[in-house]
Amino acid sequence: MTPEPTRPASRDSSAGRRTGRRSHKALVRYIGKRLVIAVGLLFGMTLVTFTLTNLVPGDPVAAALGQRAADDPEIVARFRAEYGLDRSLPAQYVAYLGRLIHLDLGTSWQTHRPIAQDLAKAIPATMEIAFGAIACAAIIGITFGAWSAYRRGRITDQVLRLVSLIGISLPTFWTAIVCFYVFYYRLGWAPGSGRLTPGVSAPPKVTGMYTVDSLLAGQWRTFVDASAHLALPTLVLTLYTIGLLTRFSRTSILEVLDQDYVRAAKAKGLPGRTVFLRYVLRGAAVPILTVVGLAFGSLLSGTVLVESIFGWPGLGSYAYQAASKLDLLAVMGVGLFVGLVYLIINLIVDLSYGFIDPRVRVG
Amino acid sequence: MRAPDRPDLARGAGDTRGALARRSLTGRIWRAIPRGLRQPLGLIASAIGLAWLVICLIGPNIAPFDPLAQDLPRFTPPGDVAFLGTDELGRDLFSRILAGARYTIGLALTLVCMSMLIGATLGLLAGFFGRWVDEAIMRFTDLVLAFPTVILAMVTAAALGASLFNAVIAALVVSWPPYARVVRSIVLGLRGNDFVASGRLLGFSSMRSIRVDILPNVTGPTLVMASLDIGTAALLLSGLSFLGLGAKPPTPEWGSMVSAAVSHFDKWWLGVFPGLAILTVVISFNFIGDALRDAMDPGAEKR
Repeated sequence: MTPEPTRPASRDSSAGRRTGRRSHKALVRYIGKRLVIAVGLLFGMTLVTFTLTNLVPGDPVAAALGQRAADDPEIVARFRAEYGLDRSLPAQYVAYLGRLIHLDLGTSWQTHRPIAQDLAKAIPATMEIAFGAIACAAIIGITFGAWSAYRRGRITDQVLRLVSLIGISLPTFWTAIVCFYVFYYRLGWAPGSGRLTPGVSAPPKVTGMYTVDSLLAGQWRTFVDASAHLALPTLVLTLYTIGLLTRFSRTSILEVLDQDYVRAAKAKGLPGRTVFLRYVLRGAAVPILTVVGLAFGSLLSGTVLVESIFGWPGLGSYAYQAASKLDLLAVMGVGLFVGLVYLIINLIVDLSYGFIDPRVRVG
Repeated sequence: MRAPDRPDLARGAGDTRGALARRSLTGRIWRAIPRGLRQPLGLIASAIGLAWLVICLIGPNIAPFDPLAQDLPRFTPPGDVAFLGTDELGRDLFSRILAGARYTIGLALTLVCMSMLIGATLGLLAGFFGRWVDEAIMRFTDLVLAFPTVILAMVTAAALGASLFNAVIAALVVSWPPYARVVRSIVLGLRGNDFVASGRLLGFSSMRSIRVDILPNVTGPTLVMASLDIGTAALLLSGLSFLGLGAKPPTPEWGSMVSAAVSHFDKWWLGVFPGLAILTVVISFNFIGDALRDAMDPGAEKR
């Protein structure tokens, strides 16, 4: 499943020549259109999960109560009434949507807390890993890709191609276990699982990301401890993403290297470095940016396989526990949140095309 | 995009190519192999891939021990008693890995074939018929693509109940959309060509036009895409099993074998070897897929 670059903003050669006011209007209309599509997709997503989780044979009552309680018809009836499971499916769906508008995602059967509250706790933990990993992977991956493209066919290129191939072939959960064994158990470089060493108290909550919060509170030792705990999960997710980004950057840069305008810049006598930075990288920026956006999305779902190994109380662990207990509303909540992030990233990426590449203007 | 195979039109070109390749039979077979696979690394990758396919077929028969028998000492390190050690129930790890090949690889191949068939059919219909068919199919594709892959597969697998068959169904739900998109764009490109239009003018029915003019041009790229997808499919399926949403306990599936190492991470061999098995399978199939893609698209060969 190679990620498909999203369709670029419609190319309109005349749009570049339009006056500021008219293109501004066009931009607003374009953003509006994209927002409508995004809302439609979100709506569709609630419908898909809802239908899927209700049409299949798994019995949520048995999963939530345990087999013994599920044998008692009275308990089951009370449970179903409490969570609205006794009403018809369309009625349940409409009720779910109505609450969704008020940001009420329902109550988890598993934690007995509002799902929105659970998510608010888990999201900063996951974001802390995801931001770190995407930043590292983008820097290393794009550098590798550019280097590999520039030395096309030579030994550097072949080594980097092999490395990125191995990178995309790594089972994340396996890398996580191996890293944990080597760096924690064998070498003792990394601290154990969780976000902080037991005994170290969490910094006062501002963003929920411990590294940021501890810096804001000036708690240097907490910051060091939180960063150390962050290192391994971030490393694993970075490894997972580098291969993908290297491969895509290489292909995009090679395509640009073949373009006439690059040849013209070289013929003009511009130094190689200038040509590469000002012409080639800029020309390849759009597809690379698209893939970075997609990689961030796949990173968020990749955390599901990694977080449970590091005992990291983020979205991934939450989704996994909810899914294994058939806590449907909670899983839908995670799915909706990640889907929303995915949509927003795609929108930002699409809109930024016009700023990066003068050949693409939204129209 | 190739023009459809018309031997009468292509004879001239075929003759020169034939003369060059007619040196010897082995030479001709050798030249038929994609260039990427004729290099040392390519040979290693193909050998590993081939070896795993053979193990898929005869794995349990060549295993030194019964992969399910729990009669060896527990947690033996690799070497003295068992080649790759034994697991938490005293089962031979090496035998389990050999026996597990058919689950991980066999199911990955099944999954890829199924998602290719479903995705390509939908993409073909969308691209060929256009209008509301296109709109309906592509909006549905966008919808599935908007979902985080692992999470949607996880919901489906959890709701269907943990079993290998359900894991394949869950993975299928998330893995057909890329095929639909790619095939649709190929068909859209083909539809404007003269040879398709002339077929329609000759009175070809939709079915005949698809069969004669469209399908032969779609098959190649789709198969290449599928070959690149086998590794991803293996990773997704073993990931689901790792989460406990695929293979049930006694089954020697590699992903679920790695999950045993989570609670015994000091016994490194438990996780390392099944994981290496997954890794080598995925690397070799990805390598072969890369080489096939380069061979299909000569412009990409240098890339």
